[in-house]
Amino acid sequence: MKKYSINAYQKPWIFLFITPAFILTFTFTLVPALTLLSYSLFSWESFKRIDFVGISNFERLMQFPFRQDFTLAFVNNVKVFITLFLVQTSVGLLLAYAIYRLKRGKKFFQAIVFLPVILSLIIVAFIWKLIFDPLFGPISAVAMQLDLPWLNQPWLGQPGLALFTLIFIGFWRWVGFPAIVFLAGMNSINDEFLEAARIDGASEGQIFRKIIFPLMAPSFTIIAVLTFIGAFEWFELPYVIGGVTGQPGGSTTTMALLFYRLAFGTVDSATVDVGISSAIGVILFIFVGIGAALGSYYLRKREIQQ
Amino acid sequence: MKSENGFNLRFAHYGTETLLKGALIVNALGVFLPLLFMINSSFRTSADLFTSPLRFASKFDLSNYKLVFTEGNFVSYFWNSFVVTFFATTIVIIFGSSAAYALARYQFRLNGAIYLFFLAGLLIPAKLALVPLFIQMKNMGLLDSRVGLILVYAAGAMPAAVFIFTGFIRALPADLDNAARIDGAKEYQVFARVMLPLIVPVTGIVGIYSAIPIWNDFLLPLVFIRDTSKMTIMQGISVFFGEYGADWGALFAGLTMAALPLVVLYVILSGKFIKGLTAGATKG
Repeated sequence: MKKYSINAYQKPWIFLFITPAFILTFTFTLVPALTLLSYSLFSWESFKRIDFVGISNFERLMQFPFRQDFTLAFVNNVKVFITLFLVQTSVGLLLAYAIYRLKRGKKFFQAIVFLPVILSLIIVAFIWKLIFDPLFGPISAVAMQLDLPWLNQPWLGQPGLALFTLIFIGFWRWVGFPAIVFLAGMNSINDEFLEAARIDGASEGQIFRKIIFPLMAPSFTIIAVLTFIGAFEWFELPYVIGGVTGQPGGSTTTMALLFYRLAFGTVDSATVDVGISSAIGVILFIFVGIGAALGSYYLRKREIQQ
Repeated sequence: MKSENGFNLRFAHYGTETLLKGALIVNALGVFLPLLFMINSSFRTSADLFTSPLRFASKFDLSNYKLVFTEGNFVSYFWNSFVVTFFATTIVIIFGSSAAYALARYQFRLNGAIYLFFLAGLLIPAKLALVPLFIQMKNMGLLDSRVGLILVYAAGAMPAAVFIFTGFIRALPADLDNAARIDGAKEYQVFARVMLPLIVPVTGIVGIYSAIPIWNDFLLPLVFIRDTSKMTIMQGISVFFGEYGADWGALFAGLTMAALPLVVLYVILSGKFIKGLTAGATKG
């Protein structure tokens, strides 16, 4: 590929080609991101900016009462990331390998595995909210009929359980994504490698562990980065099911929910603090930004190597 | 596999085979059962659902759907979602491809800087700048406006589109546009007549990559739209749940309707969907 050196005549065209995309991204992505930082350094009355207060919003975030909420939300986000990542990658890898090994019906099963990914999280959340309903839901009905007391629980109504039920729903919605990414990785493996290993008498387990699994490393990175970003921005699912305060008893609260309710309030209370909310936004921003940057750095490095 | 333990190997082989196929079947059941439950329940009355959640619908009763469309504003929600998704995606495709063309084909002073700018845009988690964006939209008079939503969505999807298009255009031979230039084509003609037809395949990928998350989004309308007549379908379904929370038949009909358009499209175009939505995470 060769780029042209340009002449004076082409300049206005280049300007015209780039400007609309540039202005849009600048106005609605970059400007809000930069103002977020400045917002976190001011005190606020509702949406009115009052005084420059330096880092005092960050300090207040680390004190009562925000500290408790923030710690709880942060720990929940970490739990969501670790659990989702472990379950998603292992089940995703299993499904990918199962499809990879199929001789017929690959397209069909691929389409089924990926189907929940295209559904809106809002729809998914509402479906499962009804399914897990302790009074009229199908799960409790099955549990009653088959007399399975362990199944007959308020899955979404019990503080110790609700977060993991939510993670299960998130897993249901998203596992198809890692599965397809792993499958694409497996499809790109040169068949000659596998053939040579087979001729040398390697068993299927050995081929999987020694050849396929190591070659999946880039896919693991992508899934880790995307799960990291998704887990720390977790909003829709807990919002629909646990509400903005993370019911039951704050057990499903996340940083994004905390950030949202401090900015836009809740139905029953008006504790709005845009300064603190922006401080949380900045912290999340740095967190997620670093994750995404590391991920894309790694990927670009990989592309150069290939 | 003609080793001494050939039998064992073969046996293990069939065991793995069964296990893997079993996993796919369990997964398929896991995917379909909740959706079938939803569809089945949408044809039943709430009273019937509450007495026995698991029975098949005895008849093809559409009264829940009637309620969704007459009382639930679903026509207007669908229309708003369609308008917002369509225009935002169109803007992304037109301006994203033209910017990518300029970045991929012309060597000018700011080329690298602008490329980095879009890279930064790709890494910014836009959701987190919701508060400043809200205030900015308020000042611009873009709250409670579909145009506002369209602009924010288009901006959000733009960096990824520029990247996908740039990568694709760079791989196309430059002789194509030079030949057109020698034939006297102006720069926009080179773009419109030579480049656009060539990037059609990747346009589908960019379109799906941009449009599906916009159609499915809930957060931005939740914050920016208050006026019922401008709400999108995902926001509408949550309003519907608030109003008809006790009428489960209607809720399932509403969910089925809200899910239907994408599922139908997916059944027809599943390969394109998978390719489009995993663009960036997989190569090729």
